[in-house]
Amino acid sequence: MDTAASETVWTQVGSIDDIPVLGSRVVRTPGGDIALFRTAADEVFALEDACPHKQGPLSQGIVHGRRVTCPLHSWVIELATGEAVAPDEGRTGHVPVRVEGRSVSLALAEAKLSRGGCRKACGHV
Amino acid sequence: MDMHLSSNNGPAVESNEAELHSAVPVRERLVVVGNGMAGMKTVEELLAKAPGRFDITVFGAEPHPNYNRIMLSPVLAGEKTFDQIVLNSREWYDANGIALLTGEAVESIDRAGKMVVSQSGRVVPYDRLLIATGSMPFIIPVPGSTLPGVIGFRDLADVDAMLAAAAKGGRAVVIGGGLLGLEAANGLRVKGMEVTVVHLMPTLMERQLDPSAGMLLQRELERRGIEVLTGADTAEIVGNNREGGEWVSAVRLRDGRELPADIVVMAVGIRPNMALGKAAGVECGRGIRVDDRMRTSDPSIYAVGECVEHRGVTWGLVAPLFEMAKVLAHDLAGGEGAAYTGSVTSTKLKVTGVDVFSAGDFSGGAGTEDIVFRDAARGVYKRLVLKDGKLLGAVLYGDTKDGAWYFSLLKDGADVSAERDTMIFGQGFGSADAGDPNAAIAALPDSAEICGCNGVCKGTIVKAITEKGLTSLDEVKAHTKASASCGGCSGTVERLLAVTLGDGFTAAPKVKPMCKCTRHTHDQVRAAIVDRGLKTMAEVFQAMEWTTPDGCASCRPALNYYLLCAWPGEYRDDYQSRYINERAHANIQKDGTYSVVPRMWGGLTNAAELRAIADVVDKFAIPTVKVTGGQRIDLFGVKKEDLPAVWADLNAAGMVSGHAYAKGLRTVKTCVGSEWCRFGTQDSTGLGVKLERMTWGTWTPHKVKLAVSGCPRNCAEATIKDLGVVCIDSGYELHVGGNGGLHVRACDLLVRVGTEEEVLEYTGAFMQLYREEARYLERTAPWVERVGLDHIKAALVEDPERRRDLNARFLFSQTFSQDDPWAERAAKGVDRHEFNLLAEVG
Repeated sequence: MDTAASETVWTQVGSIDDIPVLGSRVVRTPGGDIALFRTAADEVFALEDACPHKQGPLSQGIVHGRRVTCPLHSWVIELATGEAVAPDEGRTGHVPVRVEGRSVSLALAEAKLSRGGCRKACGHV
Repeated sequence: MDMHLSSNNGPAVESNEAELHSAVPVRERLVVVGNGMAGMKTVEELLAKAPGRFDITVFGAEPHPNYNRIMLSPVLAGEKTFDQIVLNSREWYDANGIALLTGEAVESIDRAGKMVVSQSGRVVPYDRLLIATGSMPFIIPVPGSTLPGVIGFRDLADVDAMLAAAAKGGRAVVIGGGLLGLEAANGLRVKGMEVTVVHLMPTLMERQLDPSAGMLLQRELERRGIEVLTGADTAEIVGNNREGGEWVSAVRLRDGRELPADIVVMAVGIRPNMALGKAAGVECGRGIRVDDRMRTSDPSIYAVGECVEHRGVTWGLVAPLFEMAKVLAHDLAGGEGAAYTGSVTSTKLKVTGVDVFSAGDFSGGAGTEDIVFRDAARGVYKRLVLKDGKLLGAVLYGDTKDGAWYFSLLKDGADVSAERDTMIFGQGFGSADAGDPNAAIAALPDSAEICGCNGVCKGTIVKAITEKGLTSLDEVKAHTKASASCGGCSGTVERLLAVTLGDGFTAAPKVKPMCKCTRHTHDQVRAAIVDRGLKTMAEVFQAMEWTTPDGCASCRPALNYYLLCAWPGEYRDDYQSRYINERAHANIQKDGTYSVVPRMWGGLTNAAELRAIADVVDKFAIPTVKVTGGQRIDLFGVKKEDLPAVWADLNAAGMVSGHAYAKGLRTVKTCVGSEWCRFGTQDSTGLGVKLERMTWGTWTPHKVKLAVSGCPRNCAEATIKDLGVVCIDSGYELHVGGNGGLHVRACDLLVRVGTEEEVLEYTGAFMQLYREEARYLERTAPWVERVGLDHIKAALVEDPERRRDLNARFLFSQTFSQDDPWAERAAKGVDRHEFNLLAEVG
């Protein structure tokens, strides 16, 4: 059984009640800030806190449906995938989220982050 | 492993029942604990599949034959009698050879001896035992919850207790705004009690309905005279002494409110009733644990219904119980291969005249999409949630006739890609007239009210169309006044035209809507908010038939402003509908840091303020300090988490927020005026301070900048401001609608006045006219150009009474908005979550 590597590690980051409905909170990680979003239907999504356009902090945007609008230049980003909504193009990283009861956890190791080629040192934190 | 199926090595001879089964072969003995819906459904199914296979004994704790528990609500409301909801009469039990022992709870199970012992000491042996003990109301553990007069809503005894209380009239408080609580509330209201529903969550039935449908339901219940308190947390149930002893008298909420009560119905949820199984050592979690064949950890003991936990889930609706019962009956009958694997459920509220349906998962998830349909005229809201071409969930309010169709599509996992565009209108849309909105309009009676603003009925409109030969929406508006106010019903009126005229109708050219969520314009939505008294965003979404569940980043801030402007002191600001600058009370910069601008009244400052600013700059290592064009100081590069501490220090020096981020009053720029300047004609600085003190904190459609110049040399550049005052020897000139931005526009001269009091009154009136008439994000310059200076003069100059009213409304709204947001956040911890991380990991 070589499952050790495939076992998902979940990091508990707080309660869903700590995130405002249609709002966002930030989790700081060594790999950069992660924005957690809560929809009206109590779903939780996690994205890299940087718009694919000019790295605007998505956690500061307005959440509507399952999307967030970036506060800097109003790009609209899909919470589930990190994709920018057409006609804009680009994708920001997303992190798997698990909600058990009220407890929210992130699978940080399985995050698909796009910060690899970051133009700046993510100094906005 | 089905040794126990061959059975009957048990001690049949030990039976102490009079009637021994001497016939050969001896039948297996099945004992059912629980005479409710799940247990008896199992027995019914078993009798159908394998009649005569078992000797069956049924214990029921209640003194009745088996009845339809989900129909207790209609019994409470007086729509049905108990006899009408009895499922199986005592004769049926006799005819099927079932020994029914009612009013007799089972106290314990002797697993080793394979027998049960009842309350009265009766001992009945079994070969197989079925536990179907159902559930109990969950009683929230607050002081007073065990007082006489606190009732659950679970069985006929509860209903009788409620009916007895209702017969005396008085007040009922129902704790819990879920399915059961609302049915209880409705029943008690129908029976003449004053009813208040206390619900912890922000919307009713939040597990079954989304916020939009929950809001509609709340309005309907309120219309029926039921008071609904959401976000209300019960702290204590209070009692007093009445004739004959202690009795409940009130419910006290966490916020201190006290609700008088003659009875309290506790309907916050149910808990599996697993005590019997647990005491016998059968494995239990939240309920009695069963596998897919409904077997417990003891191979001779089964469990079904609300008392079980299956795959980690407990159930409280009838459909899953019946599905479990079928699987178990199949198994007991000797069949193989049946397995219960969980249920997809749907919900209907049993309140006569209220059509609510929900099914599946409408909380969605990754990759789901919403289809929303609202018909304000018919009070309909429908929302479907789709994923990968399949229906995942549905919420219907006001029109539930397609609920069963959606539910079957959902359960079957059918591919609905082909129907995607029309399925919201219902089954068979397009092929026939079913679900067609035009057909729905055609089916409305003539007396149906189409235009709520002007009270115009369908019959009136149709008559006008046919008799006067009307062919367009505008003509209908002109002749009947339908849709002439807010326009919310214009879609319905157009459909009426289409239905009445057939091919003779062509729709009006489209106007530019507020955003993609609606077909209505800013002006139509605003008019509806005022004319129809819409006081929440959810009400606007429904009345104006929004096509999204919760709006978008474009319409939400606009609606939040319109509601705030229309209902000062009444509408609660929606925090999540504000742009980040107005949430953080600072200006976000391109790198995600913020800038902070303290207010300097009329551009005046002093040594203490400058010293405090300097200290803050040092303490928080603020990289850039700049003097703004609005005569104040801007601190750039402040980290978000430092904002409350920065404000605390600035507050301590007497400074407040400059609202440099707000769609509101920004600055009042001044020159030094007659106090120092040799040309100055009036005290322009002092007047500027007075104007700023009067107007700060207001919310407006867009930012507003004022200025006061002490003489016509106009050093404060007053004639390119939203409102500029130019002092002259004889008094003051008021200029409006200027802008120094992208399109420079010089002000128009509005009026000349003689006193500062008049300047203040005109300013308040102008601000309010702008607040009430301009569209969100429309500066005064384009607004003045759009409506024309004459329009503004007519309101402010030529109509002194209107000017005074506008000013009074402005000053009234200011009484709710002049709180320093920094003080609230720095000292009182308001919105603390905005500035703190949720967590730091790694």
